[in-house]
Amino acid sequence: MLCDVCKCNDATVFLTQILEGKMQKVNLCDACSKEKGVQDPTGFALADLLLGIGAAEEIEKGACYVTFAEGLNVLLKAMHKGTEHVGKLPERAHRVMQLNHRMRALTENLQKAVAEENYETAASLRDQIKQLQGDLPNSS
Amino acid sequence: MKFSNVLATAGEWLRGEGPHHQVVISSRVRLARNLRSRPFPGWAKKAERTSILELVRPRVEELPEMQDSFSESLQDLSALDRQVLVERHLISREHAAKGVGSAVVINRRQTLSIMINEEDHLRMQSIRSGLQLKQAFKLVDKIDSALESKLEFAYDPRLGYLTACPTNVGTGMRASAMLHLPGLVLSELINQVIQAVSKIGLAVRGLYGEGTEAMGNLFQISNQTTLGEREDDIINRLSKVIETIIEKEHDARQVLLQKKPNTLSDQIGRAYGVLTYAHAMASKEALNLLSIIKLGVDLGAFPEERRFSIDELFIETQPAHLQKTSQQKLNAEERDHLRAQIIRERLKLFPRPDISKLAREPGNGSANGPSNNE
Repeated sequence: MLCDVCKCNDATVFLTQILEGKMQKVNLCDACSKEKGVQDPTGFALADLLLGIGAAEEIEKGACYVTFAEGLNVLLKAMHKGTEHVGKLPERAHRVMQLNHRMRALTENLQKAVAEENYETAASLRDQIKQLQGDLPNSS
Repeated sequence: MKFSNVLATAGEWLRGEGPHHQVVISSRVRLARNLRSRPFPGWAKKAERTSILELVRPRVEELPEMQDSFSESLQDLSALDRQVLVERHLISREHAAKGVGSAVVINRRQTLSIMINEEDHLRMQSIRSGLQLKQAFKLVDKIDSALESKLEFAYDPRLGYLTACPTNVGTGMRASAMLHLPGLVLSELINQVIQAVSKIGLAVRGLYGEGTEAMGNLFQISNQTTLGEREDDIINRLSKVIETIIEKEHDARQVLLQKKPNTLSDQIGRAYGVLTYAHAMASKEALNLLSIIKLGVDLGAFPEERRFSIDELFIETQPAHLQKTSQQKLNAEERDHLRAQIIRERLKLFPRPDISKLAREPGNGSANGPSNNE
């Protein structure tokens, strides 16, 4: 059996995983498995293998629910009562989200105002954005 | 607070007499939370876990509820001490296996325990005696709100609180009650109940949660789903189901009293006999027999004031507690010997079962036994 990646060497590493109820098999040769980090459990980035380089970084940032959204929805539907959260809202995160939302709207309006050469409005928007930036936590 | 203080006092949930305490041993609610933009503990490297711990732990320790708390890194706890905490349900078996970068903070009354870097960055749980899921939720919800004002949690407007395992996403809440159901087990109705409960999206588990065996007629019932339903609704649904099971358990006991009084007297008498005279007792056997003695107290065969000493034995005869009491490492054989000795000594103060109290029951023709005071 040939390696799925380089398609020239014999595969020696066989990876099987279940995704959305379907079995997927990946066969790799020694060199390619090393390159993909399959032989080093800590460096093993399944995401890299499946989604290309970059996915692991997303997981690192805690963004796996975004990265894997498509496959996850099927799973969530099967394991829960619904697919949308209807419970508690974290007050602060909620506020930050609202502020971010307002910030986006203001920025868009500002760009529009500048494009229309409506400088008076633009100046006012700029001030509002400045004020809002003060309210937003630095962590974002 | 030192570990010896934790050990010296039983958790309030064991001592307290919450509603329906004859059938419901304890109610627990846990919330799973994670920090935004940080890898989950399972993915995080040692340095990252440590930095998360350093960020979270002081915030937890400074909570007003955590004054004079027990706070310890997992790597600084011996394997035996961790096992003691597992037996008290203060940490999970998974957490006990953790090392560098994980910690636990427990309040003085042992009603609140916060695990840091378990499967999620934060696992906060509140435990109460009897059926008090709402009260347990209220406490842990308050803790969550207090922490949320200082830490930024991973939250998605659509998916709710993000958790390492998608089975917890949404509310991140698992509410559970530990039920003592000897009546349903003896009348062989327990499997029916388990099946019915599983069908409506609730889970039934053994003594120490997921993947553990049911011993001592103890069963944990919890919500299976966390997304698409409000916290209050989940707790109400669970409470209603538990109330129904309590009723079924009482019914089963009454039927046993009326139809099989001899079987019941025999079970109680044998349990009493073996526990009073045995010199080697495995943990599982002890739990199963103590369960029957507890049933005997419920049904009036033993005086009510002896209840607490039996409830205590459930915890004290667990392997780690035994070794902690004897202050030495014991092999299984030595443990079984010591366990039997402790039980024998405790039961010395126990009068013999008053079977006439049992026999009188069906004659009353009432659905409520003398000790069914709820």
